[in-house]
Amino acid sequence: MLRYASAWLGGLSLLAVSSSASADWEVNMTKGVTDVSHSVFNLHMTIFWICVAIGVIVFGIMFWSMFMHRKSRGAVPATFHENLTVEILWTVIPLLILVGIAIPATKTLIDIYDTEDPDIDIMVTGYQWRWQYNYVGEDVSFFSHMTTSRDAINNVADKGENYLLEVDEPVVIPVGKKVRFLVTSADVIHSWWVPSLAVKRDAIPGFINESWTRVEEPGIYRGQCTELCGRDHAFMPIVVDARSQEDYDTWLAEKKEFAAREAELTEKEWTLEELMERGERVYSSTCASCHQPTGQGIPGAFPSLVGTDMVMNDLTGHIDIVVNGSPGTAMAAFGAQLSEVDLAAVITYERNAWGNDTGDLVTPLDILELEEDQ
Amino acid sequence: MSAVIDHHHADHAHGPAKGLMRWVLTTNHKDIGSMYLWFSFAMFLLGGSMAMVIRAELFQPGLQLVQPEFFNQMTTTHGLIMVFGAVMPAFVGLANWMIPLMIGAPDMALPRMNNFSFWLLPAAFGLLLSTLFMEGGGPNFGWTFYAPLSTTYAPPSVTFFIFAIHLAGISSIMGAINIIATVLNLRAPGMTLMKMPLFVWTWLITAFLLIAVMPVLAGAVTMMLMDIHFGTSFFNAAGGGDPVMFQHIFWFFGHPEVYIMILPAFGAVSMIIPAFSRKPLFGYTSMVYATGAIAFLSFAVWAHHMFTVGIPLTGELFFMYATMLIAVPTGVKVFNWVSTMFRGSLTFEAPMLFSVAFVILFTIGGFSGLMLAMAPADFQYHDTYFVVAHFHYVLVPGAIFGIFASAYYWLPKWTGFMYDEVLAKTHFWMSFVGMNLAFFPMHFVGLAGMPRRIPDYNMMFANFNMVSSVGAFMFGATQLLFLYIVIKCIRGGPKAAANPWEGAEGLEWTVPSPAPYHTFTTPPEVK
Amino acid sequence: MSEGISTKRLVSRLALLVVGMFGFGFLLVPIYDVMCDAFGINGKTRGTAYEAGAEVIDESRSIRVQFVSTNAEGMTWSFGPSASQLVMHPGETREMIFTAHNPTDKPMVAQAIPSVSPSKAAAYFHKTECFCFTQQVLQPGERVEMPVRFIVDAALPGEVQRLTLSYTLFDVTERMAASLDLASMQPHN
Repeated sequence: MLRYASAWLGGLSLLAVSSSASADWEVNMTKGVTDVSHSVFNLHMTIFWICVAIGVIVFGIMFWSMFMHRKSRGAVPATFHENLTVEILWTVIPLLILVGIAIPATKTLIDIYDTEDPDIDIMVTGYQWRWQYNYVGEDVSFFSHMTTSRDAINNVADKGENYLLEVDEPVVIPVGKKVRFLVTSADVIHSWWVPSLAVKRDAIPGFINESWTRVEEPGIYRGQCTELCGRDHAFMPIVVDARSQEDYDTWLAEKKEFAAREAELTEKEWTLEELMERGERVYSSTCASCHQPTGQGIPGAFPSLVGTDMVMNDLTGHIDIVVNGSPGTAMAAFGAQLSEVDLAAVITYERNAWGNDTGDLVTPLDILELEEDQ
Repeated sequence: MSAVIDHHHADHAHGPAKGLMRWVLTTNHKDIGSMYLWFSFAMFLLGGSMAMVIRAELFQPGLQLVQPEFFNQMTTTHGLIMVFGAVMPAFVGLANWMIPLMIGAPDMALPRMNNFSFWLLPAAFGLLLSTLFMEGGGPNFGWTFYAPLSTTYAPPSVTFFIFAIHLAGISSIMGAINIIATVLNLRAPGMTLMKMPLFVWTWLITAFLLIAVMPVLAGAVTMMLMDIHFGTSFFNAAGGGDPVMFQHIFWFFGHPEVYIMILPAFGAVSMIIPAFSRKPLFGYTSMVYATGAIAFLSFAVWAHHMFTVGIPLTGELFFMYATMLIAVPTGVKVFNWVSTMFRGSLTFEAPMLFSVAFVILFTIGGFSGLMLAMAPADFQYHDTYFVVAHFHYVLVPGAIFGIFASAYYWLPKWTGFMYDEVLAKTHFWMSFVGMNLAFFPMHFVGLAGMPRRIPDYNMMFANFNMVSSVGAFMFGATQLLFLYIVIKCIRGGPKAAANPWEGAEGLEWTVPSPAPYHTFTTPPEVK
Repeated sequence: MSEGISTKRLVSRLALLVVGMFGFGFLLVPIYDVMCDAFGINGKTRGTAYEAGAEVIDESRSIRVQFVSTNAEGMTWSFGPSASQLVMHPGETREMIFTAHNPTDKPMVAQAIPSVSPSKAAAYFHKTECFCFTQQVLQPGERVEMPVRFIVDAALPGEVQRLTLSYTLFDVTERMAASLDLASMQPHN
């Protein structure tokens, strides 16, 4: 008995802690920020309270029997073992309750399935392990990767508030507009879920699914992949950034302009001369302060780029170090700072200037493909 | 004179063989039942250790002990072992031991097949476990093994996984055929169907479910095998197949499968509660019909596991309504159990404690099941920890507590000794507290947005996960106490009478304790 | 012992049931295809050309048809529609050109899988000609224009004002390597 009491005391003290730090002790579903999520929440609470009511009655009778009809209290067993009336009652009453909750559930479901007449179509494609968003008809398409560092996951670095729920490029949508999501996958099955939107759709390779939302409040809404999709299933979060129409328009215009410029540069057939010319400019503004305009570097501080093994022979390693940097050294990851064209140009330049003359031509597409592989 | 001849007969032709070969070659239902029970308990501890690895990794945010790749292998093999290695064989073991005793049969109808179906199991699970040591690791695609993660993207060991499932499936099918043949053909005179104990009834229905759906699972894994090795495209969109079809076929098996894991427990509890209430079971007939209704409906609800795959609205509504309907016969069962207790004369020995906890906690699992049946709400619940909480509430205090209740109830019959009641009650309370501590907070983290099958999570889920892990460790460690209790009971203790329970009824209590190696060689007369 | 059939007959019937259910598992495959056709599961459309009859053109309403494309994992071609959408009347026959380019230095085989959304519209979307009916072989560096010609049935439910045709392009080179000798493949001219 003592053991039992102490276990429950332990439980109570846990409850006490829970009230003091409620954010980390969230016990319920989010109400969300859309009409659909509100009706789902209400449905959830309705069924919950119905279950509680049934539970109180059933368990109440049960505990009554357990306390009052104990043999130790001298209870003499009755002998009844059937009663058609109650059997019919407890078949019919639950049936009526079920019909009662089926009605709002059906209404909400029909609403969820009404994807007609959207203002915006966004195609969502799942990959192992990232999401791609494609604004249909707008020529805007980008990948969204988790930005939480491996160090944070491996407990070397601190974990931020949005640990595992942060991405480099959120999917931006305007508030008050009906946004339709076309969900598919390029490899295995994923599932796109944002709790605040009450949208969850499986991404099936080869086929498209659709769902929709209309977010009423601007804000950042986070979710995760909810279908086991292999090793990094836990590491492909979803971030939805709902903005006012003007902010959305601005964002979209910037995206389109950027995409157009990028497309032009990456699709173009580059010649060695063009890349060398551009590469020299990038080199002098970005690299020369350390590696020196002569490419010789500073002995003991910054390595030379003239005739070294990496520059002469190891193209992949060369691209990798420029794009991803070299941890623990002054060599930064320029993939995030330079465009694909600039990266291609500067690498081509380094491989052909100062008498290196490898003749290697690195195109922006090469960089793009390498980055997509990573 | 005839008594002397009988004695002579028993000594020379019917005693257990000596040594190891007794167990390898046995065709005795009690020996085979014991082997099933020991095997399932070993698998329970093994699957439980995997759960401990999972809970240890989830104790805190961040990756501490294992890498995601291994974590996925743990969740997958934990599920497979618990479903196919622990729960199902435990019920087959109970059926082997008890069904002949309950219906007055001398043995199972097909004793040699019985031996074979048991010995397939170690082969199946040996094969499954060996994959963990293979290059690329063991199965890492979840116990539901959805294509194409389990086909195109699977580790090379998937072929061994497929054969392991085949072997386990053949074993279950043979076990089911045996049980049906025994129940239909070996009942003692006067033991009409509607006089059968409920455990026999629920097992009969379960056996038909097994025969109906295990071959479908075999078909599904065969299609996987063909997709992987023979260039077919059942589940590969590139060749005209459809990965969603895998889910339909899997859950056509999978939903009846979850009832396969709970119906025998329903039966056992329906015998234990009357025994310790000293009052006949309320609504025997409605119990039988409710079980039949649940089994029947289980074939028409499978797609409720797939509400988010993009089923057309009409399909979604059909499966939602059909699923909600299952609440009715299930409710009837719960109401019957409560009515059986009502105005009884109750005592709370270990079997009753586990049975009462079964009713309460299974009902809680039923409530969350009803919530999950609501398709719109399922868009929020699906594949979160809410689902994990739900099915652990129906499987742990459902199936597992049902098995514990049965074990304590019939241990005196098996061993001839009473188990240690104080230790057994300790086992119950530790399990009860540990289990609730482990699984109740999962409802909370699931509703708050934590997906299932992830090795790492945001800090907002950290507190409840830590509570869950502590509960899980407690529950896990407590099961070693059960092992000790059983061994202690086998080695000795107070002598058990033929019927050690005041309120227990049934043919199994008419034979001495421990039950002789051969029972009912002459069928008893049932009035 | 109770009445009824002998254990031997019972067991053979049960065994037959087992075999039957194993077969039923495979029977679920064609059943599923029928269900797909009936309910448009996954937005699947027919894999063969639609025989256009005398189509009634419903000029009273317009349907917006969107085109999207996805490259499955490992597919390196550039692939996409020449326009992202068009507006048409139900019953009209229209065409959309998809371009594909194989930038690699190896011949490759691709299979495009169509899917229509919303799925209830799939049954009303008829392709009279489609590159998805056959596999596509592209030589290194080859670029092709591939048409899909289609009719949206005038019987399309009124609430559907917009539908999306998606193609996912799979690399099936390895799957086909066994049955085809890639080296002998000729570029189609």
